[in-house]
Amino acid sequence: MKYATKILHNGNERDPHTGALSIPIYQVSTFHQDDIEHPGRYDYSRSNNPTREALENTLAALEGGTRGFAFASGMAAVSSALALFSHGDHIIATEDIYGGSYRILTKFFNKFGLEVTFVDMTDLNQVEKAIRKNTKALFLESPSNPLLKITDIAGAVELAKRYNLLTLIDNTFMSPYFQRPLELGVDLVIHSATKFLGGHSDVIGGAVVVGSEALATKIYFVQNSFGAVQGPQDAWLVLRGIKTLRARMELQQQSAMAIARWLQGEDWVEKVYYPGLPEHPGHELIKVQASGFGAVVSFKTDTPERALRIMRNVRLWSVAVSLGGVESILSYPARMSHAALPKAERERLGLTDNFIRLSVGLEDAEDLMADLEASRK
Amino acid sequence: MKIANLASIASVARRHGLITIVDNTFMTPYWQRPLALGIDLVVHSGTKYLGGHNDLLSGIVVTKTPELSERMALIQKATGAVLSPSDSWLMLRSIKTLGLRLRQQEQNALKIAGWLQEHPLVSQVYYPGLPDHPGHEIHRKQATGYGAVLSFKVRERRLVERIINNVRVISFAESLGGLETLITYPAVQTHGDIPVEVRERIGVTDDLLRLSVGIEDPDDLWEDLKQAIE
Repeated sequence: MKYATKILHNGNERDPHTGALSIPIYQVSTFHQDDIEHPGRYDYSRSNNPTREALENTLAALEGGTRGFAFASGMAAVSSALALFSHGDHIIATEDIYGGSYRILTKFFNKFGLEVTFVDMTDLNQVEKAIRKNTKALFLESPSNPLLKITDIAGAVELAKRYNLLTLIDNTFMSPYFQRPLELGVDLVIHSATKFLGGHSDVIGGAVVVGSEALATKIYFVQNSFGAVQGPQDAWLVLRGIKTLRARMELQQQSAMAIARWLQGEDWVEKVYYPGLPEHPGHELIKVQASGFGAVVSFKTDTPERALRIMRNVRLWSVAVSLGGVESILSYPARMSHAALPKAERERLGLTDNFIRLSVGLEDAEDLMADLEASRK
Repeated sequence: MKIANLASIASVARRHGLITIVDNTFMTPYWQRPLALGIDLVVHSGTKYLGGHNDLLSGIVVTKTPELSERMALIQKATGAVLSPSDSWLMLRSIKTLGLRLRQQEQNALKIAGWLQEHPLVSQVYYPGLPDHPGHEIHRKQATGYGAVLSFKVRERRLVERIINNVRVISFAESLGGLETLITYPAVQTHGDIPVEVRERIGVTDDLLRLSVGIEDPDDLWEDLKQAIE
């Protein structure tokens, strides 16, 4: 079966009880048990809920994993995945990691003794040098947020395997439509389902998909005992969003490419970051490990004043935190997604005050460009 | 259904610089407000009485001081284990009938606790509303109601299965606090993960059943229990 078909037909598209082509929203906390000796398939919605289960199975099918897990938010998914580790463990994470992941590692899990080193994941030598006796995992983002650096996923996996480490990746920017890290040997994939999976800026959700039964058992234990599960209404919205994943990703990518090319030729633009551009240092690599470049484009304006002017003047673009929706969103990492990083660290990474991130939606690309052109003046 | 003296515990904790956390799920703020008794932080499974309809999952934390609130807000934002808008709305809607539901549920629970106490096949009833419950007096001082959850022990272990498999009006399910009466077998369900020795020591034995009393007519509930036991 081709991937486009699999998105819609993966065995979870129909309600087994009624044949309904939309999975019903099982808005319920607990389930009657017929027999004390033989507990039913569902007993309590934190442990398992039919709507959430349909989404979880869909996620597993699309990522090519053994099991999927839906959480209340992307950060609930990240936190639950990090709960696999114990006091005294060490992990290595990419240095331009999403601000929320940075915060949970440096302000929350640090209190429970989980150690972290941030390195440039695109340089596997640096990664290897950071490995210690107590290192347990590599935590990747590729493309990274918002600098869109490309990590050699298979190379990182090979290194991790040599040192007996787990590999975790935040696959939010690519979605399984463009990139399936489990096929490259990654152990655990994380998503903010709020972004491309949901796709409509109308739901908060997170996902974890694992490639082995052993990890599935561990994540299930965390999901059930920590309880940061996704509610059935929101699980249903994500399921609904996934149905148009391919259509959205293809069109959004097309517009992203057009906008990236146009920005490149503008004299008020200092630099454009988009892995679909042949000049992007990770271009060849992403072509090998993914089937697309995504719909997030970042760029630097000539001056910070210009960046602020654009944000004040845009009409079509929404200025908001988040990405991946059908509406185009412009965001300012220095004050928004990466505000949790210390200023010095932000500047070192290149997230300067003239840095803008675009999440390209489904509007006509020419209108989007015209809006940027009008607002930059 | 043991009763802890919340005010005394809070004062001991304060003397030693400890934070006190109370799970107030069984009482709800309608009957018991621990923050007023000196407790620092109240936790709820909002799935239970606050939700009240066995139709949502949720959890609540309420803090006493702005300083604790700020710390909780950071944790909520950082771990992202938040409640969705649809479930928040369901809870808001449920809370409107909280008093109404709880009063009816408690009235039913008091009747059933009394009836169970008199039944020859029941060896023990645990309900703080019964005057002979060891925590009855303390409970009356710190709360305005007794709740609608009660536990009871049957004379023989085999009666457990008989009751669970034969109740018709009452559902055999894990959870509590909803409009519909539920019966739960703690040793297997809610406390199944606790090692047997610990379970037995704290009294969660194989002959213990927990009843979350709903708003049905109490006569029907009693009829149902009686026919199932007998």
